[in-house]
Amino acid sequence: MKVVFQHLTKKFASRSGGAKKEVIAVNDFDYEIPDGTLVGLLGPSGCGKSTTLNLICGLIEPTEGRIFFGEDDVTDVPCEKRGVGMVFQNYALYPHLTVKQNIIFPLQNLKGKDKLTKAEMEEKALRAASLVQIENLMDRKPSELSGGQQQRVAIARALVKMPRILLLDEPLSNLDARLRLQTREEISRIQRQTGITTVFVTHDQEEAMSISDIIVVMKDGVIQQTGKPQDVYDEPKNLFVAKFLGTPPINTFDGEVKNGSLYIGDEAVLTVSGVADGKVVAGIRPEGFIPKADGHFTCALSQVEVMGRDITVVAKHPAAHNPTVRAIVSSDNLSAINGEKVSFDLKENKVFLFAPDSGERLF
Amino acid sequence: MKNNKFKGWLYLLPALLFLAVFMIYPLIDVFIYSFEEGYNSASQTSFGVGLYNYSYVLHDPYFLQALKNTFILVMITVPLSTLISLLISVGLSSIKPLRNLFQTVYFLPYVTNTLAVGMVFMILFQKTPYTDGLANLIVTFFGGEAVDFIDGPYWAKMFVLCFYTIWVVMPFKILVLTSALASVNKNYYNAAKVDGTGAFRTFTRITLPMISPTMFYLIITGFIGAFKAYSDAVALFGTDLNAKEMNTIVGYVYDMLYGNSGGYPSYASAAAIILFAIVLTITCINLTVSKKYVHYS
Repeated sequence: MKVVFQHLTKKFASRSGGAKKEVIAVNDFDYEIPDGTLVGLLGPSGCGKSTTLNLICGLIEPTEGRIFFGEDDVTDVPCEKRGVGMVFQNYALYPHLTVKQNIIFPLQNLKGKDKLTKAEMEEKALRAASLVQIENLMDRKPSELSGGQQQRVAIARALVKMPRILLLDEPLSNLDARLRLQTREEISRIQRQTGITTVFVTHDQEEAMSISDIIVVMKDGVIQQTGKPQDVYDEPKNLFVAKFLGTPPINTFDGEVKNGSLYIGDEAVLTVSGVADGKVVAGIRPEGFIPKADGHFTCALSQVEVMGRDITVVAKHPAAHNPTVRAIVSSDNLSAINGEKVSFDLKENKVFLFAPDSGERLF
Repeated sequence: MKNNKFKGWLYLLPALLFLAVFMIYPLIDVFIYSFEEGYNSASQTSFGVGLYNYSYVLHDPYFLQALKNTFILVMITVPLSTLISLLISVGLSSIKPLRNLFQTVYFLPYVTNTLAVGMVFMILFQKTPYTDGLANLIVTFFGGEAVDFIDGPYWAKMFVLCFYTIWVVMPFKILVLTSALASVNKNYYNAAKVDGTGAFRTFTRITLPMISPTMFYLIITGFIGAFKAYSDAVALFGTDLNAKEMNTIVGYVYDMLYGNSGGYPSYASAAAIILFAIVLTITCINLTVSKKYVHYS
């Protein structure tokens, strides 16, 4: 089931500072989520990603715009009739019911022709439970489960009635680091196995990049960029997206374009064609540096962090926005990097130029 | 370790002393009195030890009347007041405008003096040569015959007593229930909504279990409170409750001690112990039943 947003806008009344003013949580959201994909809504806190999820779910109503599931306009359909499954951030498992009762709960709500017999319910519950591999926990109470197990129960409960759309709100934020890795693979597996269009919200770019078919990067209620994780990473549309994706984050510098060359400080570091002369913000991915004795880009070396396969060169540059510049290079170069200074050549496809005022991509 | 233990007891001492002097000693004393036949509080002497006091009390028509009244009162007011409070609390939780106003209004009886409320009820229900009372206006409006609720038939008096009791105990219950309802995590309701749960099912399967500890607390204290009813009956019917067939067990105990027919601490003690046994039994039943229905998170 594809999900289509048409000019979706949600405004909240806010009373901060005594004066009534509106907060636009989601601003003119226009997008189509293809059928059967796993989509990550990504952005910093307060960017409107959870609001978007609640709009899809129907827990809140949009101020303007329409939402379609496939061809159906569901904008005015109440939440309980939309046929979505949702996994809440704190799981919201009913503490007084066993795992089995929790999973069966949505099925017991079905009425009329959809009504199921007890045996059918049990069978469906068992199938959902086996999908998330918790068949052996059916008679426990949620309080007797670990965080990861609770998460699975919540997913089983959301999946049991085969929703048209599965929504996950910060599904991994309450799990510890090891479990997080495991669970994100699990979510990806379950999504592939069921083929249900799945939307999840996260502020962790690594999480979103690793499992999403498509990521939607948001900031202040506005979509910044959408696309396959790798495409968005390789071709960020603006400075925000470039900065938000990638660990360690992109290095940014004050630069200037003169006669088709990018100058950072006094050095011409890269030939850039088709960019008008003027001041720019240059972003260089950490993997975009090639150490070279006679390289054009020279930094003051402060530290080398050895990580085995790679090494991270921590350096300083007067034009850099951050106190340190981080370059990830092959450990083959380890012996060559010492002394006061380190010089690099730059990989052209890892360098992006942005307009200093708007942050729009220039190169 | 030993020092710590000593310290612990030291901290507990004030409370323990207070409890021992004002609760435990009197309790034991009452228990002893109830078995001493013909105890005289002036000479502090008795004829002997036995079950005569209990036999007397259990054969006293006034006690049986008080027992019956108390049971009717408990069985009607505890479920009804809890149920109505629950309905009102749910109502209060689901409205936004004027919620504070209504909350205040519903809480007012709690801070109003019992006797003042009794006076108001007299105006509402008492039939005098000059007026039939406000309640009778409604009765006659619907074609009924005016009833004297204060001095009239038994059922009318019992109705007023129950009505009054329910009205008086509700504010506290509403207060506790509204805060219990407010403390239920909204996420559960959202989850239920997404899963297409109807309002009634959400209430019975989610809200009720979530607030069940509070409900249980209210029911237990409600039972105990209703069994100990006395001042309400006095406020409505005056002090000569036996004559009006409106006495309660605690009223009987009081009458046996200080009333016109008073001066019998042994009978009073026996009646008090019987009440204690009843309350204990009911509370134990409540505790047993609750194990199945109360969910502690």
